[in-house]
Amino acid sequence: MIDFSKPKPILMQEQILDGIAKQVMRPISRKYDDLETTHEHPWEYTNAIWAGMQMMGFGGLTMQDDNEKMESNPKRPPLANQIIIHMIERLSYGDAGIYLCTPGGALGGAAVAAAGTPEQKKHFLARFSSGEPKWGAMAMTEPHAGSDTANIRTRATLSEDGKEWILNGEKIFVTGGRMAGQDSEGFILVWATVDPTLGRAGMKSFVVEANTPGMKVTKLEKKMGIRASDTAAILFDNCRIPFDNVLGDPDLATPEAIRANTSKAGFQGAMATFDATRPAVAASAVGIGNATLEFLKEFLAKQGVEIRYGVPYQKQSAIERDILRMEADLRAAWLLTLKAAWLMDQKLPNSLEASMCKVKAGEVVTWVTQKAVEIMGPEGYSTKHLIEKWMRDAKINDIFEGTGQVNRGVVARLILGYKSTELR
Amino acid sequence: MISFQPTEEQQMIMDTVRSFALEQMREQGHEAEESRTLSTSLLASAKELGLIPANIPEQYGGFGEGHSALTGTLFAEELGYGDLSAALHILSPASVATPLVAFGTEEQKQTYLPKFAEDSFFASAALVEPTWNFDPAELKTTAQKTENGYVISGQKSHVITDGEGEQLFLLYARDEETGTTQAFLVERTAEGVTVGERERGMGLGALRYHTVTFDEVEVPAAAKLGGDGGVDVTKLLNYARVGTAALATGLAKASYEYAQEYAKNREAFGKPVAQFQSIAFMLAEMRIAVESMRLLTWEAAWKLDQNEDATQAAVLAKQYADEYVLQVADRAVQILGGHGYIREYPVERWLREARVFGAVEGLAMV
Repeated sequence: MIDFSKPKPILMQEQILDGIAKQVMRPISRKYDDLETTHEHPWEYTNAIWAGMQMMGFGGLTMQDDNEKMESNPKRPPLANQIIIHMIERLSYGDAGIYLCTPGGALGGAAVAAAGTPEQKKHFLARFSSGEPKWGAMAMTEPHAGSDTANIRTRATLSEDGKEWILNGEKIFVTGGRMAGQDSEGFILVWATVDPTLGRAGMKSFVVEANTPGMKVTKLEKKMGIRASDTAAILFDNCRIPFDNVLGDPDLATPEAIRANTSKAGFQGAMATFDATRPAVAASAVGIGNATLEFLKEFLAKQGVEIRYGVPYQKQSAIERDILRMEADLRAAWLLTLKAAWLMDQKLPNSLEASMCKVKAGEVVTWVTQKAVEIMGPEGYSTKHLIEKWMRDAKINDIFEGTGQVNRGVVARLILGYKSTELR
Repeated sequence: MISFQPTEEQQMIMDTVRSFALEQMREQGHEAEESRTLSTSLLASAKELGLIPANIPEQYGGFGEGHSALTGTLFAEELGYGDLSAALHILSPASVATPLVAFGTEEQKQTYLPKFAEDSFFASAALVEPTWNFDPAELKTTAQKTENGYVISGQKSHVITDGEGEQLFLLYARDEETGTTQAFLVERTAEGVTVGERERGMGLGALRYHTVTFDEVEVPAAAKLGGDGGVDVTKLLNYARVGTAALATGLAKASYEYAQEYAKNREAFGKPVAQFQSIAFMLAEMRIAVESMRLLTWEAAWKLDQNEDATQAAVLAKQYADEYVLQVADRAVQILGGHGYIREYPVERWLREARVFGAVEGLAMV
């Protein structure tokens, strides 16, 4: 039955997260946006959310696929992905940059959950729910290959004894790379090719533990927004990791096994990760949009500008039309996101929905925040409010995890039934 | 618990109406508009589907468990997917049945609801007024209370009829006593009712709709829907908002699918035009728009069924649908290029039809 009522676990986490968003994140938003140059970690938030996570259980917050655990209890319906996107929406409503500093596996954890064996999930993900806060990160982009992920050059070669992989290459734009690779006992999930002649089939993902010799953070980017979160360049120089650290069955990851098998499991692993992470990005976008709209409406109310619902077009003011459109667009983006997450929880295919919600949310939040600055005029442009920051934070959502254009391409290929050779 | 899965029963209705839409409604759309006539056999088959009685509770002669706006939006989308002129005609009685179920007195329900299962019965709303700044909250048609009932005067437009025969109107007027918008059950045969010339518009050529004049029409007090308490017109307008948004979704989906098929088959510069990003991206955006329209409509209808305050959700769903149905239909024409402008292809008609949503409020209700 079609139903939009939030289940109990989501209602329960909502209160806690809303409190953290308003009372912990907002007061330090400006501080960490300004502190980019020193990249100080927002411990006020990390400590609060870590405590919250211990209260709520760790499923959603660590971006682990908790559904298997839930399935062992048939009374509990599968909700992990829905819980995650609700969590991300609320924390991004607090502060999207600081949200990206949430302890947990992040995209690295999501990739392990999507493509790892049961043993790998247990081995690599357990850390995120005990001891000190830890972070995961995913390293995909390279200086010459962004969305063109099948063209990455970072190499993974087997050591002579076959017991280790040796990584060489350079990764950039690794969100949270410093927290995951250097400042905590986390890991970085690195995409690399075991043999460039194999194309996509040769692409595999590798778990590199923090501070593994040969892995080095070489640069922290300065960005338009989400400044509280570090964006790292990472160099791999003969970085040796255990054979079992390749996601999926390690024996199927060698060039010989891939040739024999000619499966595209590696690349499909990357795509399966996107099915989870694109809705996550969309949820973050909606969170920023909701913060913006709420602030804008309160601001307008203080100026005596009322927003009426149900007035004919001919009688609506320009601002009313703007606000209604912003609200409808944001709500549409959210419902698309919710559906993508729900499908995933139902173990139904969601690649189309994942890219659709990403396209919509990325575009909408970009437009909504820019429009909000316009409506508030000089007040919107000023750093005395957070609106200008939210506009800067918003834009990344139309870029990372596949730009709006890349995701339009995904949607188009899926609805038209085209292969990437037929529609680039 | 969040779910996007219709019930088995809803799925059955959707499948049935979709087949009807594709095999019968779509089939006659072009001919119907050129001849300005909906085929009688089509309308007879539509009656057999029993969509209106399906949304009327059993105790009043229907065969539904009760009224559900959500179920209504599901079949309205399929009807809109078939043909908008026919869809509006088929749904017209719902614009009277739904308010009756929601607000009718026991007597009104007993008297009128069983009629909706009869073959010859037809009903429509008389809401819209022929003015550029029509506002359902400030109607120019007035209902003056008298000793025995009301005297109603005013002019309505876009009133759907079934030809010359008898029919029931749900006439909206400003209740001078309370200053609110109220609804009155008025027979077409009542003294003072004049059904004017059939109206013509940019689209919807096959749909029979008229300007109707109500000149000091006297109705008994029992004709006021809901009795003394009257109706909450906001709720009724919300039923109209989700109903029209669902029709718009169906029309947008039809346009999107047609353009997609065309683009896969039409070659230019040595390959199907769908293989060019400029076309492929438009199709992707059209698909996203259709899905967005549908989800906003579902949520608003769901809220209505939950008896929650649904005005904001319904208004957003409607305005969103108004805007995007036009955009999607326009892009379908664009993708077909010169062919899109030719009347042999349905997309030009669909663009003309799409324009009605933002221009005329309250054309249908579920």
